[in-house]
Amino acid sequence: MNRTYELMFIVRPDTPEEEQDKLISTLETAVGATGGTVKSVDRMGKRRLAYTVRRFHDGIYILLTVEGAGQLMHELERRLRVSESVIKFLTVRIDEEQKRLAKIKAIREARRKAAAPAPPAEPAGGEAPAVTA
Amino acid sequence: MSDEAKPVSAPAASGESTPSTGGERSERRGGRPGGPGGREAGRKYFRRKKVCKFCVEKIEAIDYKDYRLLGQFVAESGKIVPRRLTGVCTPHQRRLSTAIKQARNIALLPFAGRAS
Repeated sequence: MNRTYELMFIVRPDTPEEEQDKLISTLETAVGATGGTVKSVDRMGKRRLAYTVRRFHDGIYILLTVEGAGQLMHELERRLRVSESVIKFLTVRIDEEQKRLAKIKAIREARRKAAAPAPPAEPAGGEAPAVTA
Repeated sequence: MSDEAKPVSAPAASGESTPSTGGERSERRGGRPGGPGGREAGRKYFRRKKVCKFCVEKIEAIDYKDYRLLGQFVAESGKIVPRRLTGVCTPHQRRLSTAIKQARNIALLPFAGRAS
């Protein structure tokens, strides 16, 4: 039962780089221990928050894409809740959305392919009467 | 570009749109009231038919991370702009509203008021 999740969290703006690395690596080991995989780590950098969170106006956004079971996400969320520097997090399941998007893309591709051979056929059809005339 | 700015300006123009719904009420027989089918109701003034931005531009992925896109469908007060003002189709509005709510949760968009 493997699902893909996006785990976005905000750490305090005053967190040094090493500490962020440490946090990410602990999360990665936690993921590895439960048989999941971290697909990507994206540091989105410092951003102004839309509203104050624990009296902070800014935050450093970090985005993890994780593949694994729901149990794993529970564990990760627990860790985030416990850790001091994390002020907010959000988990979103994305595999079904990705599947849907892939399907739409496939349908569009198929349509394009169906439409592509048609234009060469049309001029040929247009030429034929011209020849007979 | 003017197309993009339109949904943002829509809530500000809500005062202006209220008399229009009143005008439509008298000629309701034809189209739906307040819907995008304001073509036949616009006897005195022409109103362009609103079209779904996501259908036109073929944006399928409405992601909570894309706060610039979502911001176009959020009023100054932070509210989600209703479909009848923006012209977004129902399936897309549904996805849009969930994305906006997710973005609010992670402090990309405000719950109320302008982003500080």
